[in-house]
Amino acid sequence: MSVLVYTESEQGKFKKVALEVASYARAVADEMGTTVTAITFNADDTSVLGNHGVDKVLKVNNSDLEKFNANAYASAISQAAEKEGTKVVIVSSSADSKYLAPLLAINLDAGYASNVVEAPSSVSPFTVKRTAFTNKAFNMTTIDTDVKLVGVSKNAFGVKESSASATAEDFSPNVPELTVHVDSVDKITGQVTIADADIVVSGGRGLKGPENWGMIEELAEVLGAATACSKPVSDLGWRPHGEHVGQTGKPVASNLYIAIGISGAIQHLAGINASKVKVVINTDPEAPFFKAADYGIVGDAFEVVPKLIEKLKEFKAQQ
Amino acid sequence: MKILVCISHVPDTTSKINFTDGDTKFDSSGVQFVINPNDEFGLTRAMWFKEKQGADVTVVNVGGPETEPTLRKALAIGADNAIRVNTEAKDGYQVAKQLANVVKEGGYDLVIAGRESIDYNGGMVPGMLAGLIDANFVTNCISLEVDGTKATAMREIDGGKETVSTSLPLVIGGQKGLVEESDLRIPNMRGIMMARKKPLEVKEPIDAGTETASVKFEKPAAKGAVKLIDPDNVEELVNLLHNEAKVI
Repeated sequence: MSVLVYTESEQGKFKKVALEVASYARAVADEMGTTVTAITFNADDTSVLGNHGVDKVLKVNNSDLEKFNANAYASAISQAAEKEGTKVVIVSSSADSKYLAPLLAINLDAGYASNVVEAPSSVSPFTVKRTAFTNKAFNMTTIDTDVKLVGVSKNAFGVKESSASATAEDFSPNVPELTVHVDSVDKITGQVTIADADIVVSGGRGLKGPENWGMIEELAEVLGAATACSKPVSDLGWRPHGEHVGQTGKPVASNLYIAIGISGAIQHLAGINASKVKVVINTDPEAPFFKAADYGIVGDAFEVVPKLIEKLKEFKAQQ
Repeated sequence: MKILVCISHVPDTTSKINFTDGDTKFDSSGVQFVINPNDEFGLTRAMWFKEKQGADVTVVNVGGPETEPTLRKALAIGADNAIRVNTEAKDGYQVAKQLANVVKEGGYDLVIAGRESIDYNGGMVPGMLAGLIDANFVTNCISLEVDGTKATAMREIDGGKETVSTSLPLVIGGQKGLVEESDLRIPNMRGIMMARKKPLEVKEPIDAGTETASVKFEKPAAKGAVKLIDPDNVEELVNLLHNEAKVI
C-alpha cells in the first residue's frame, strides 16, 4: 500500500529534486495513513532519504542501468510498485522523470498528472493542482484509476525535513532488453544547469550582442546561478538553444530569476512564471516585464550590472 | 518510410487565457489557434524526410471539426494526407489510445509528436503511445536521422544532451532543434491551393476511456506592483533580495 517515490541520483548522489519528491510522497502517505518507499538506481548512501520522510528504500544496483534508460527504469519502478502493492507513485519533473513517466503510466494502468504544484487537495477522489497553459493557469485534475502517478513540479512543494530513519533493502528487478542505447553524453560540467539552479540570470536582446555576455556570466558566477536567455537571443545564435527559456524553450522554476535586457513577451513570462522572485533590469520603463517582476531597475544594463556585481561581491565577502 | 505526425490544435502563444462555464472550460472566443509549436518542428523535420528520403507523411489530430483548419495548414506546409479522429480530446490517455489505433491501422514506421502541447502541457501522449504500441521512444528530441530501420537521435537532458541509437518503429517527442526556427515553413499560395484537394479522412473514434478528469481551472493570483530601485543605488536591491525576499 505504501506510496512509491522514484528518487533520482547522479553519480551515486541524490539530486535536489529527489529530496523534494520524497517530501511530497511523505505528505501523500500521511494523508492516506501509509508509509513511503523509495526506489533508487545505483545510489550510494540512501540514509539521507530518511530525513525527508522515506521509511524504506529499494536499492537497485545494476551495472546495466548505470546510464538512464527510460524503458528499463519504468519497468523496474513498475515491478517495485507491484511488489509493494502501491496505489500512488511519485516522480519529479526532471527530463528523465518526464521521459519515463508516460511509459510507467501504461505499465501500471495508472492515470498520470504532470506538473503538480501542491499536495493533493483530496485523496478520494484523488485531486491535484497542476499548471496548464504554460503557467498561465492552474488546472484541478482528478486521477480516477486505481493506481495513480503524480509528477511533481520542481521547486513548488519544497524540500521538507522529517526525522525518521529509512531501512534499505536490495531490489533486483528484471531488466528488459535495452532497445534505446546511449552512445554519448555531452553534459556541461562545473556549471549550474537551469534545471538545478536556485538562481537564474537571463539576458535578452537588450544586451546588443553575444560579445556582451561576459557580465551576465560574471553575475551568474557571483550568485552561483545558471545563465539563460530569451528566444530572440537563441534564434539569433548569440547563445545556445539549451539556454532558451520560455514557452517553447525550457521552463524555469527557480527561487530568483534576474532578467536583463528582456522586455517580457507573454511567451517568455509564461515560461519563467513559476520562479518565486523576479527581478528586471531594463532601460524601457514600459517593458511588460515590469508588470510581472517583484523588483525592477529602470536603467542601462551596461551601467547597472557591473555595479550590481560589485555590490554582490561585497555582500558575499561579508557573509 | 511511413511517417505519422501528431498535430495538436492549440491557442497561439500570445493568447490571453480565460475560462468560462464556472472556470471549467477554456474560453476560445477571440483566440487564434495554431499548430502546437513543438509539433511544427516535428512536421518540418518530416518534410525533410519526405524530400530527401521519399517518406510519406500523414498528419493526425484527435478533435472536433474546429481543428480542421489546423490540419489543412499542415497539408499546405506539405503533408500528404490528414486524419482527424472525430472525438473531443479529454485526457492524454484517451488521445494516446486513439492514436495507437491510427498507427496500428496505418502501419506507420515513425511517429513524430511534440514533447508536449502548450495548452495542457501534459507531456504524456507520445510516451503513452509508444507504450501502447510497444515502439521505441525518445523525447525532448533535438535531432533525428533515420537510415533504413536504424535511427540516431539527440535528446536534451538536464544540463546537456545525449546521443542515442535505436530502431523503428519509433515514437519521437520533438521540440525546437529537430529543425531550427528559421527552417519553419509558411504555407505559400500553391501549398494552400493543393491542401484543399488533399485527403482529410474523418475517422470515428474507438472506445477508449479516460484516466483523469479536469475539474476546474484557476488563474494565478494577481501580483503586487513592482518595487522600483534607483539605478544609482543597486545596493538597495542586494539588501531587498537578502532581507526581504530572502533569496540570496
